[in-house]
Amino acid sequence: MNYKLIFSISKSMLLARLRQTSVAAIGVTFSICMFITLLSFMTGLNDLLDGLILNRTAHVRLFNEIKPNDKQPINTSADFKNTYNFVQSVKAVNSRKELYNSEAIMNAVKKDDRVLGLAPKISAPVFFNGGSVDIAGVINGIDVEAESKLFFFNDYVVKGTSIDIKNVSNSIVLGKGLADKLLVNIGDVVQVITSQGEQFPLKVVGIFQSGLNDIDKVQSFASIATAQKLLGKNNNYITDIQIKLHDVKQAPEIAKEYSQLFETDAEDIQTANSQFETGSSVRTIISYSVGITLLIVAGFGIYNILNMMIYEKMESIAILKATGFSGKDVQLIFIVIALTIGIIGGLLGLLLGFSLSSVIDQIPFNTASLPTITTYPINYNPKFYIIGAIFSVITTFLAGWFPASKASKVDPVIIIRGK
Amino acid sequence: MSEIILQAKNINKSFHDPITIPVLKDISFTVNKGEFVSVIGKSGCGKSTLLYILSTMDTDYQGELFIDNETMTNKKEAKLAQIRNQKIGFVFQFHYLLNEFTALQNVMLPGLKLKKYSEQEVEHRAMERLKKLGIEQLALKPANQLSGGEKQRVAIARALINDPAIIMGDEPTGNLDKRNGQIVFDIFKQLAEELNQTLLIVTHDSEFARNSHRIIEMEDGRIIKQ
Ligand SMILES: Nc1ncnc2c1ncn2[C@@H]1O[C@H](COP(=O)(O)OP(=O)(O)OP(=O)(O)O)[C@@H](O)[C@H]1O
Ligand SMILES: [Mg+2]
Repeated sequence: MNYKLIFSISKSMLLARLRQTSVAAIGVTFSICMFITLLSFMTGLNDLLDGLILNRTAHVRLFNEIKPNDKQPINTSADFKNTYNFVQSVKAVNSRKELYNSEAIMNAVKKDDRVLGLAPKISAPVFFNGGSVDIAGVINGIDVEAESKLFFFNDYVVKGTSIDIKNVSNSIVLGKGLADKLLVNIGDVVQVITSQGEQFPLKVVGIFQSGLNDIDKVQSFASIATAQKLLGKNNNYITDIQIKLHDVKQAPEIAKEYSQLFETDAEDIQTANSQFETGSSVRTIISYSVGITLLIVAGFGIYNILNMMIYEKMESIAILKATGFSGKDVQLIFIVIALTIGIIGGLLGLLLGFSLSSVIDQIPFNTASLPTITTYPINYNPKFYIIGAIFSVITTFLAGWFPASKASKVDPVIIIRGK
Repeated sequence: MSEIILQAKNINKSFHDPITIPVLKDISFTVNKGEFVSVIGKSGCGKSTLLYILSTMDTDYQGELFIDNETMTNKKEAKLAQIRNQKIGFVFQFHYLLNEFTALQNVMLPGLKLKKYSEQEVEHRAMERLKKLGIEQLALKPANQLSGGEKQRVAIARALINDPAIIMGDEPTGNLDKRNGQIVFDIFKQLAEELNQTLLIVTHDSEFARNSHRIIEMEDGRIIKQ
């Protein structure tokens, strides 16, 4: 096979009708560009919504649930071993929210290589004294560095600096809604009343805005030491251990394992946020259907353009065949033409898609609920670019293959006599 | 006895569109090496149809065809293409050049396809043939910028590039004025006389036919005189 000749014929045919070639290539470019841009934008939005939950939620949370004991005394008695015992009106007693042996648990979890990191937490219900009224709220004692690293706490502190709750003693970061209700700002002091009835003054060093109003109206953050002091507990007191995993899908399995291993309650993110799971998967399905639809539409467009292009060249096909080129030669010529259009158009489409995404990435997008987001989100996933590239090559190949193989099979005389 | 280049044996062809009409009926004849044969007959008697079969471009017929003592009947498409490339030069009534290429490239393409000579040699041979036809100055012009007569001469140069066993033409002068038609005829005559080139030309021009070596006359799908 004389490939050099095939390539040079293809090249001449492409260049001779540069305008037509460009139109075909632009068709491919446009389709691929739209595919990349839309999918980047849609999945960007999805990731943003997912991030709202995923970023600040532990994959596995270890804690002690307040609940009646499973092992009621009567069941441990040897006398009633072979009977079925009904105990009514069981109540929870001794509501210790503390995680026993938290130090040892944390050391063990840290050694697990499925775990990305952990952040200990104390949550304490309190009242904030705002003049004549008391406002119910929660103080979370956190390790601010771990919290920032794993749950992007920093991103949500819209005023002041988060690290101050560690550096300034007796300090607090208030949720924005809470601060508004209390009419306090950075530098002010709020009075906190614990559930034991003790009152503490805490200095406001930051304002926190999560984007979820219900949270911002009740939540506040202090260092672990401050929270322990507030509750009058020693420095081993921890109520929650929040764990982030490398792979979120392992959460249910690991939660189960830890619950048995450490004899605590363990909740995985899938259970804690089942409605989020559904929403997220529905959105993913929508993105994929839009992506597939775009590709199918693009595919037909590309096929049509190339089909027309080849039928316009029927006369040339007949001449080539009359002068001794075989059907296979003709087919190869048109496949080279189609692939050239596909590769050039596709590459341009990827570039243009990237540029268009970057432009969208610059468009301001300000919303009160998302303080960290300033522009529309774009997901620059290389997967889209790979799919786009493969798709443009495959469709142009097929779009060249079918009409070309049909053209290669007819006797040249059919075309010539048809004139 | 001289060497036989082309032999048709009992060739029949019908069109089935929508009813079956026989167009060629039992055509048998031979063309010897170096002969300049013209085919004449009334419009619609089947001359073009016959020529397309003889040039292997139409494979839908009954009967048998030999070119250079090799049967063409029931050969594979790729093999027929190779035979057209190597042994047959075809000149159409309409010029049928590839508009994407220059005159020179049009002439070179079948030569490059044959791959018997290097690219430089093919180019040299193409220029030789353009020179012989008096159009070497047009070599680098795009094919669609040539006049009808010029195009026809380029098409003849293309037909000659691989030194074919036979040149076939379907009314190659039919679309030209008298002067250009005369030029083309003279070229054919010269090819036959000087190079002993075998030619089989369909024509309406009775003067053209009279000046060739031999006339095959057709009527209603049959050869009535040869
Ligand atoms: N594709 C076709 N389908 C049906 N009939 C056809 C087809 N092509 C040609 N014919 C018929 O076959 C007959 C011979 O046609 P052909 O073109 O061979 O004539 P011709 O001798 O070359 O005429 P002309 O001198 O006008 O070129 C005509 O009657 C024509 O109508
Ligand atoms: Mg005819």
